[in-house]
Amino acid sequence: MFSNLYQLLRYRGLVQSLVARELKARYRGSVLGFLWSFINPLLLLGIYSFIFTTIMPNRVEGVQPYALFMLCGILPWTWFAASLTEASGSLIAGGNLIKKVLFPAEVLPIVSVLANMVHFALALPIVVIFLVLYQHPPDLAGLIWFPVAVIVQLIFTTGLALVLAAMTVHFRDIRDILANLLMLWFFATPIIYPWSQKEMEAYRRLFNLNPFTHLAVTYQEVLFFPGPVGHWRWLLALGVASVLVFLAGYWLFDRLRDSFAEVV
Amino acid sequence: MTTPAIELKNVSKIYRRYGGRQFATLKSALLQRSVLRDLNPTDTFPALQDVSFTVQPGITYGVIGRNGSGKSTALKLVAGITKPTSGTVSVRGRVSALIELGAGFHPEISGRENVFINGIMLGLSKREIAERFDEIVEFAELENFIDAPVKTYSSGMYMRLGFAVAIHVDPDLLLVDEVLAVGDEGFTHKCLDKFAEFRRRGKTILLVTHSLGVVERFCDEALWLDHGRARAHGDPKRVVDAYLTAVEEGEEELLATTTARAVAAASNVAGEAPVPTAGESAAPAAPAATAAPANDEAQPEGGIQDMFLASEGRWGSREVEISKVDLLGRDGEPSFVFHSGDPMAIRLAVKAAAPVDDFVFGISLFNAEGVCCYGTNTYIEEMSPGRLDGEVSVLFEVAALDLVEGTYKIDVAVHKRDGYPYDYHRLLYTFRVKSRTHDVGIYRPAHRWSFTGTVTFSTPE
Repeated sequence: MFSNLYQLLRYRGLVQSLVARELKARYRGSVLGFLWSFINPLLLLGIYSFIFTTIMPNRVEGVQPYALFMLCGILPWTWFAASLTEASGSLIAGGNLIKKVLFPAEVLPIVSVLANMVHFALALPIVVIFLVLYQHPPDLAGLIWFPVAVIVQLIFTTGLALVLAAMTVHFRDIRDILANLLMLWFFATPIIYPWSQKEMEAYRRLFNLNPFTHLAVTYQEVLFFPGPVGHWRWLLALGVASVLVFLAGYWLFDRLRDSFAEVV
Repeated sequence: MTTPAIELKNVSKIYRRYGGRQFATLKSALLQRSVLRDLNPTDTFPALQDVSFTVQPGITYGVIGRNGSGKSTALKLVAGITKPTSGTVSVRGRVSALIELGAGFHPEISGRENVFINGIMLGLSKREIAERFDEIVEFAELENFIDAPVKTYSSGMYMRLGFAVAIHVDPDLLLVDEVLAVGDEGFTHKCLDKFAEFRRRGKTILLVTHSLGVVERFCDEALWLDHGRARAHGDPKRVVDAYLTAVEEGEEELLATTTARAVAAASNVAGEAPVPTAGESAAPAAPAATAAPANDEAQPEGGIQDMFLASEGRWGSREVEISKVDLLGRDGEPSFVFHSGDPMAIRLAVKAAAPVDDFVFGISLFNAEGVCCYGTNTYIEEMSPGRLDGEVSVLFEVAALDLVEGTYKIDVAVHKRDGYPYDYHRLLYTFRVKSRTHDVGIYRPAHRWSFTGTVTFSTPE
């Protein structure tokens, strides 16, 4: 397993060009091309602003402007959810490669995760611009936690992506189950409501069990809230857990590897 | 002795089937608590069994065999795409596999970008691809289209580009799986030239193909796989011959069972039907009617229009019965496969329940399109019947079976001069004619070419 993992390093050139291909292919033929990476979060922000200031005004103290608060959690969530959805279908979509070309299969789910990470990265400037516009500058000292959160999320997501990709080859309905599960997971994570809310108190323990809670809260603390980042202990704990998830996921993927070429 | 480029030792590959299901669902697996069970194979299929062979560097090695004999599996094992269930596979040097051309091309992006990605997948570095890029494009003949998205390519362009990339990986070992059929004549020649160039440079080629001519012409050694086992290897000509003989035997067996089944089916139907009494015909009217002796066109071969009604069958009163029909080859043994120009004989075992004095034996021969190639009977040939009694044997001998390659069926019959059928076997017996020449038509007249003046032909390699 570890030799395979090491081998993966040799294929980084391939991963790189596949991610690039993925991004190019996505916008090929569209008029706005890469601008879509900026337009999507902008539109999202516009819609939320309209709803939460005009239709359903939210006046919770400390989380204004509400739309911007939500965006801080939604963007990493989108990276997470889209990665898993794409990764779960990646081996089936790339069946031709697996069957006909000597090629480490784990490259495919990893490419899904990385391509979505690039989208996430492209959307970030929008958040930063609006944070500054709303005179809501993030705490500079807290910013060092931002890359940590990204790395933890990357490891965690890749681990899950490997499991899902491998299992979906054998159980095709995982993709449908996943769509529903992600919806549930989204609402079970403090993304559209703040972690600090009074009503949350009773459920804190439960929320702590949700790994994405800690990622979402960290992003919000780093980007949105002024104060010092208080969630870093949880983040580091999640980091350790993520490495375990990744190793377990890779182990499972490696175990099922030989069946891919036959089942896909 | 040098280290072999490819060495397979007692390699078996067993494909696993998973619970006989096409696509399992996690839901059903959870409900039946069978997640772990479903991830384990339940059924196995041996694709290769205990196959060993070595390929020395610089050798062009051909693998032949029927569909499903494990050729492609062997190639995939050498390529490292799948792993053997038991045994060892060792391969030395850089491998490039022409298994699926253009696998992994992304339709939305340009040919140029796909060349790079495909090249990286095949193990080249970016710089190496950049160096070879012009050569690749030129080889694929796609100079004008290289910046268009691959989805706009025709399938020939797609294949050519895939081939060009794979061949320019500059491998030490090239694996080729039945890809010579890409593109037009010109491109195929270019591919063969490229293979020849590889050979000159001392590279190893492993070629899986159905084109036996290519194996005979190009390969230094050959292997014949049959049902996952190595049947023969060594000199390509000998291997190909052994293979062809086996194919013929297989065809023979197949034709034997088809014939036996047709006869059995037809005889059963006839057995159930009431035996017609003299004077009325239980047979479909058309063939018998045209067999009227007044008509010079005689009995079984009722002419083209009857072929529209033609179907396998057996009818007649069975007062005289044809109990067995054998097609005999050169050696006098029953056979179903003949070579064009070989002698052939049809032997009928006939049994008359009571002596008869009105009888005609007839035979006719149809090709796969249902065209009557030849038909005759004893009456047309002016043999007037005398007496037929008890068990007799009728032999119809052809000195040289001058037919073109194909599958043929025959009618055999014994009937009265007025067409009243004793026993009529319609298209029940099938045989195959093989030929080295792929000439066309219905009949091959014995012939010879000669030329005067300046006419020369170069002898093929």
